[in-house]
Amino acid sequence: MFAAQASAQTTRDFISIVGSSTVYPFATVVAETFGKTTRFKTPKVESTGTGGGFKLFCGGIGARYPDIANSSRAIKQSEIDACVANGVLEIIEVKIGYDGIAIGSSRKASRLALSRKDLFLALAKHIPDPQGGEYLIVNPHKNWKTVNPDLPDVAIEVLGPPPTSGTRDAFVELAMEDGCAQFGWIAALKKNDEQRYKSVCHTIREDGVYVEAGENDNLIVQKLEANSGALGILGFSFLDQNADKMQGAAVDSVIPTFESIADGSYPISRPLFLYVKKAHVGMIPGIAEFLHELSSEKAWGDDGYLADKGLIPMPEEERIRFAENSRQLRVNLFSDKD
Amino acid sequence: MNKRSNKCSAAERINAGLTRRRAVERLFRYTGLLALLLGLTFLCVLFFSIISKGYTAFQQTYIQLEIHFDEQKLDPSGERVYEVLSTADYGGLVKQSLRAAFPMVASRQEQRLLYDLISFGAAYQLRDRILADPALVGQTSRVWVTASDDVDMLVKGYIKRDVPEAERRLRDVQLAWLDTLETEARLSLKFNTAFFTSGDSREPELAGIWGALMGSILTLSVTLALSFPIGVATAVYLEEFAPRNRWSDLIEVNINNLAAVPSIVFGLLGLAVFINFMSFPRSASLVGGLVLTLMTLPTIIIASRAALRAVPPSIREAALGVGASKMQTVFFHVLPLALPGMLTGTIIGMAQALGETAPLLMIGMVAFIVDIPANIFEPATVLPVQIFLWVDSPERAFIERTSAAIMVLLGFLIAMNALAVILRKKLERRW
Repeated sequence: MFAAQASAQTTRDFISIVGSSTVYPFATVVAETFGKTTRFKTPKVESTGTGGGFKLFCGGIGARYPDIANSSRAIKQSEIDACVANGVLEIIEVKIGYDGIAIGSSRKASRLALSRKDLFLALAKHIPDPQGGEYLIVNPHKNWKTVNPDLPDVAIEVLGPPPTSGTRDAFVELAMEDGCAQFGWIAALKKNDEQRYKSVCHTIREDGVYVEAGENDNLIVQKLEANSGALGILGFSFLDQNADKMQGAAVDSVIPTFESIADGSYPISRPLFLYVKKAHVGMIPGIAEFLHELSSEKAWGDDGYLADKGLIPMPEEERIRFAENSRQLRVNLFSDKD
Repeated sequence: MNKRSNKCSAAERINAGLTRRRAVERLFRYTGLLALLLGLTFLCVLFFSIISKGYTAFQQTYIQLEIHFDEQKLDPSGERVYEVLSTADYGGLVKQSLRAAFPMVASRQEQRLLYDLISFGAAYQLRDRILADPALVGQTSRVWVTASDDVDMLVKGYIKRDVPEAERRLRDVQLAWLDTLETEARLSLKFNTAFFTSGDSREPELAGIWGALMGSILTLSVTLALSFPIGVATAVYLEEFAPRNRWSDLIEVNINNLAAVPSIVFGLLGLAVFINFMSFPRSASLVGGLVLTLMTLPTIIIASRAALRAVPPSIREAALGVGASKMQTVFFHVLPLALPGMLTGTIIGMAQALGETAPLLMIGMVAFIVDIPANIFEPATVLPVQIFLWVDSPERAFIERTSAAIMVLLGFLIAMNALAVILRKKLERRW
């Protein structure tokens, strides 16, 4: 029995999903609903992080390897190459919606209105000399008022995720980089010296003003409650769930709300994806039906259950496009080698 | 005179020193007591914080609905086939019943708010009821269904009524409906059986600990079944039979070092050997048990060797003296005396294994698993992983579930330890 069961790994009767911890709360709801409403088993969803997920996903074809990878960013070329090298040629990309990154604070404090430039100046390790000139100095700002005279006279204290977190990557790329590129000469670096550009725009200060609060967003919520002067970088769903204790700072004068993220006016938001291995459709039962459940309006629609969990839905025409594509199992990701 | 005064001064010297000596001794005793009290205080704070946060999770808010199991909707053909009954629209029944209870709710938006009072799991509760007793079709009965997590949080006082409506997860109309239900005695806190009988869920009100508890039991069974015999056999061989030379010294040093290796390393080893090389199923409690076996073996071996060494040599000599063979001596005289100590070592190893998450991350046991694992080959997760996954969830109701899960974990640990204490008391022999 031991040998029979152990070699039973050549077949599998449930879907295996791996990947991003940001997509995990959404993929698990779909998996649970799918398991409850169909004759198939409930898919297994592992929270491995986006990179770790692709590593497993691209390991090869067969029941030992996962069928679906969750990702909080688009797949990288290097990951596609790794997939191709292991025989994973046909991948279906499904965008499931958007996730906003909020800059939250306690309700006891007044709501801040920040720009992305303010965020860069407050949080980067090195900033351009405020006196002018095209060189960098170590970030001297300790108070929001010195960053921008319009801001209140409050010490800068920001709680956020550590470098291993996908939320941090997204925050750095969407908020800091944009604020950074508002300095003309730094933006010009992008063409000539991309490495330097990235190190200037993506490096967060380490002098205690930015506090790494761990991967757990609930912890940030608790700390913000206790410390009303501080700001916290966290996923929008956590802000949404704790709306009685927390408020989101306006970024570029847009307050993070469900609507402002959905229509794209709130600047710090990112798309979330699912990548499906086409070769496994038919080999592992239920993949096509799972995609059908995911792309139904009752799941990812404006009033769907994913929206209840804090996922920001795509605009309708984008939803129709991805739904059609995933239902027909059309491969929409091609490697350069094809 | 001289002699006498000398004697006197000696006694005086001793007396003078005595008060100091006693003061030092008393200080030492109080320091020890203080350390103990400090430890107890921390333990009390820990228990208080866990229990005060978590005890509410053992109750759950239910709402009583008058459900008409409409034959036209559930099974128009009247054949009562499983396929038809299991896929019928039970969610529709819940909604219909809610609309009937609050007929003045007309707009779609208000209706949605009304439906939000009930957990989406209610439909499956009705389905299970019908599948268990198909004769209910066509009848009307009053059914208690699970309320949504927001309602539960309000009833338990975690959501305050006095905060402005926009900042509250429940609207004013919803509060009014709940008040109506309450005055009709159709809203009530009941014992949360689902918490002890179901697997994980993304809806806090439906999430249960049974899946993870089962996973922990299966994983630890594998660990115990492998690590206890192997550990004891290794200890007996090394202590009683192996020659003392450079090789046995090398092995001893290595075992001691292995006991200090961070557990994540065993996870990496498990991934490489059991999953990639031997192709065991990922996320299965079999692999988890194997990895934890590797981790607990050194602990068990070291404790078992110490227990064997503590058996007085006279026992061995007496047995050999009356003509017992070496094996008979070990099995009938030394091992029974060493067993209580070995059990203590095993229980320490198992308690470590019970709380471990890091190595399980590598072999895919940090996962969302709804179905209860039935054997060691099915995907499973364990109690500490479940706690980790819940504490990371945005829904506020998971905070109390997390504390409740910690209580279950502690309960499991205490039960395990109690068993070991009983076994030890039974086996212990004094001489």
